[in-house]
Amino acid sequence: MPEPPADPGAPPGGAQLGFEMESAPHLITAANPEMNVFAAVLPGQQATAAQKGRTSISKRLGPAFWISAGWMLFVIVLAILAGVLPLPDPNNSLAGISGSSGCLPSASPSLSHLLGCDENGRDVLSRLIFGSRVSLVVGFASIALALAVGGAAGVVAGYIRGAFDSVSGIVANVILAYPYLVLGLAIVTFWGHSEFDVTVVIAIVAVAPLFRIVRANTIAFSERDYVLATRALGSTRKRVLQTLIIPDVIPAAITYGLVGVALAITGEGALSFLGQSVPPTTTPTWGNMIAEGSTLISSIGSGAPVNIWEVLGPAVAMFSFILAINIMGDRLRAILDVRTGAL
Amino acid sequence: MSPKQHILDVAPTDDDEPLLVVEDLTTYFRTGRGLVKSVDGVSFTLERGKSLGVVGESGSGKTVLSRSVMGLLPHTNVVRSGRVTFGGFEITSASPEQLRSLWGAQIGMIFQDPMAALNPVVRIGRQITESLRYHLAMPKKDAKETAVALLRSVGLAEPELRFGWYPHQFSGGMCQRIVIAIALACGPKLVLADEPTTGLDVTVSAQILDLLDRLREERFMSMIMVTHDLGVVSGRCDDTAVMYAGQVVEKAPTSVLFKDTKMPYTEALLRSTPRLSNASHTRLPTIPGNPPDPVNLPAGCRFAARCQYAQPKCVEDQPPLVQTANPDHWYRCWFPVGTPENAEALARNQALTAGAAV
Repeated sequence: MPEPPADPGAPPGGAQLGFEMESAPHLITAANPEMNVFAAVLPGQQATAAQKGRTSISKRLGPAFWISAGWMLFVIVLAILAGVLPLPDPNNSLAGISGSSGCLPSASPSLSHLLGCDENGRDVLSRLIFGSRVSLVVGFASIALALAVGGAAGVVAGYIRGAFDSVSGIVANVILAYPYLVLGLAIVTFWGHSEFDVTVVIAIVAVAPLFRIVRANTIAFSERDYVLATRALGSTRKRVLQTLIIPDVIPAAITYGLVGVALAITGEGALSFLGQSVPPTTTPTWGNMIAEGSTLISSIGSGAPVNIWEVLGPAVAMFSFILAINIMGDRLRAILDVRTGAL
Repeated sequence: MSPKQHILDVAPTDDDEPLLVVEDLTTYFRTGRGLVKSVDGVSFTLERGKSLGVVGESGSGKTVLSRSVMGLLPHTNVVRSGRVTFGGFEITSASPEQLRSLWGAQIGMIFQDPMAALNPVVRIGRQITESLRYHLAMPKKDAKETAVALLRSVGLAEPELRFGWYPHQFSGGMCQRIVIAIALACGPKLVLADEPTTGLDVTVSAQILDLLDRLREERFMSMIMVTHDLGVVSGRCDDTAVMYAGQVVEKAPTSVLFKDTKMPYTEALLRSTPRLSNASHTRLPTIPGNPPDPVNLPAGCRFAARCQYAQPKCVEDQPPLVQTANPDHWYRCWFPVGTPENAEALARNQALTAGAAV
C-alpha cells in the first residue's frame, strides 16, 4: 500500500463516488496532541479504515469482472469493425466460387473459413460477427430507451408521488402482468420486424421493471433525513432531485440496466428464433442463425453433411456474451449497493 | 444553477412584537386507517431571543408540530389549518418559493440523528457552503471562510482541515456540531431543534445543549427545543409546553411548570424521572397504559384513561386550556393538581379501588 500523502491540505484528487478516503487523518491526530475530546480518533481504527477504503476499485471488482469486460469489449469491437475486417459477405453464397475464398455448403471449419459454411454456402464466422450487430444494437438501444423513459418516470413518481405515481404504477403493472415474451411477440406481430421495431418493443417490455426499481430507490432515498434537512435549508425540489436523489439512484439503475441488456439480447434471440425479429434473408442475427441451424441438429447422423458450428457458433457467442454481462452486473451491484458496499 | 439572492425581508420592524405566533394549529394526516390527528389545536407565542421547550412522549405530535410550524410537511395527504405568523409574515399561506426563501435563511432546523441528517457521500464543507452560496449568493471563497468560522464557533477543532472530510469520519457529537453549523449558517432568527441530543451520550449531549444555549444568546435567536427529556428543558428553556396526544396540556415558564404543576400528566412525567436523591433500588414510577390512538381520540380528556384522578366528567368533557393566577401558566384539567378538587378526586378513586379489592 502506498504511503498516504503527508500534506493534509493537498486537494483530494482521487475521490471517485466517495470510495476513496480523505488523506491520512491519523497523521493529523498525531501532529496535534491537544485536540478536543470529540476529535480523538483511535489511530489504529483510522488506519484500518483507510486501508479498506484504499483498496482500488479495480481490485475489488475482481478478475471475473475484468475478463468479462474484456470479452464484452472484444465482441463490441468486432461488431463495429465488421465491415472493415477481411470477411466475406454474410448474405452471399460462396458455393460457386473457386479457390480458397470459395466454400462448399455445410463445409467444416478450415483455415480460410474458420467456422466453416452453412448449408447455403455462407461463411459462418462472417454471419456470426455481422449478426452480433443486430443483437448488440437491439440489446443496448432498447435498454437505453427503457432506462430513459422508465428512469425518468420512476424518479418523478417516487419523489412527487400523487396521481402520476398511481397512474404510472398501474401502467407498469399491466405491462408486468404479461409474460414478457408473449407481450413482445404480440406487439411485434402486428407492428413490424425491422431492427427499430424490435428495439422499441423490447424497450416497452423492459420499461416496467426498470421503472419499478428506480421508483423504489427514489422513495428509499427521498425518505432519508438528509433529504429533509436539505429541504429545510430551502432547496428546491429540482435541486434535491439533482444533487441528492438522482446520483444515488443511478448506480442501481445502471446495474439493473446491464442485467436488462442481457435479457434484451436473449429476448431478441427468442423473437428471432420464432421468426418474429429481423428476417434472416436480409440480416443475420444470433437468434435467427440458431433458428436456421437448429433444424440441422436433427439431420446429424443421417449422412448429409452438417456443419455443427452453424448452430453452435451463435449459441456460444450469445451465451458467453450474456454470461459476461451478468457477471459484470453482479460485481457492480456488489460494490455500488450502499447497503453491502463499503460505505 | 447559479446562486441567487432571494431573501424575503420578513424581520419584524418592532422588536417588541413576538417573533413567532402560532394560533390554533392543526395538522392531520390522511392515512388508510383514517385521519391521524398529530397536532390538534396548538397555540403559543415565542418572543425574540427566547426559547421554548416542547416536551412529550413518542407520538405526542411534537416533531410534527415543529415541522408544521416551519411548513416542512410531505407534499401530499396533509391537512393543516390554523395560523403561523413569523415576524409578521404568515407561513401558513406562503407559497413554496416563499417558504424556501425562509428555510435555512430565517428558520433553521436541527435534526435528531446527526449521522442521518448529513449526506454520507458529500464532503461536509460543501454541505455547509451550499446554503451560504444559495441563499446569500456568497462567492466560493467567502463561503469557505464563513464556513470555517462557523465550524470553529461550534467547537470543531481545526476546521480548515476538517472542511474536506466526509461525515463518516466524524463522531456523533462532531456530526451534531456540524449539523448545528449548517442550520445556523445563514444566521436564522428561529431555530427548531428536534431532539438534538437523543442519539448522543450524556456528556456530549450536555456539551451540545450548552453550545446551543451559547449560540442562541450570542445571536439573539429564538429556539424551539423538542424533546422527551424534562432534564433537557429544565434550566435551559424560558418556557415549556407539555404535549399529549397532539394537544398542549400545560404551558408555563419552565420554573413555574416544575414548581407549580397543574396537569396530572406533567406531574406523572416529573414523577417518573429518576433522581439521585432516591434510595438505591427505588422502583421508578411509570405512567400506566399507552397514549390514545391518534385516529380515534377520546371525547373527553385525552389523558383520562391513564390518570389517577380521573372522574366521570373527565371522560365525557374535554377540559379547555385555562389560565392560573399567573397569566403565563396555562393547563388543561378539570381537577388540577394541588387543588382541593384534585385531592377529593384522588380520595374517591382510592376508596373505589379499595372497595373493589375488598
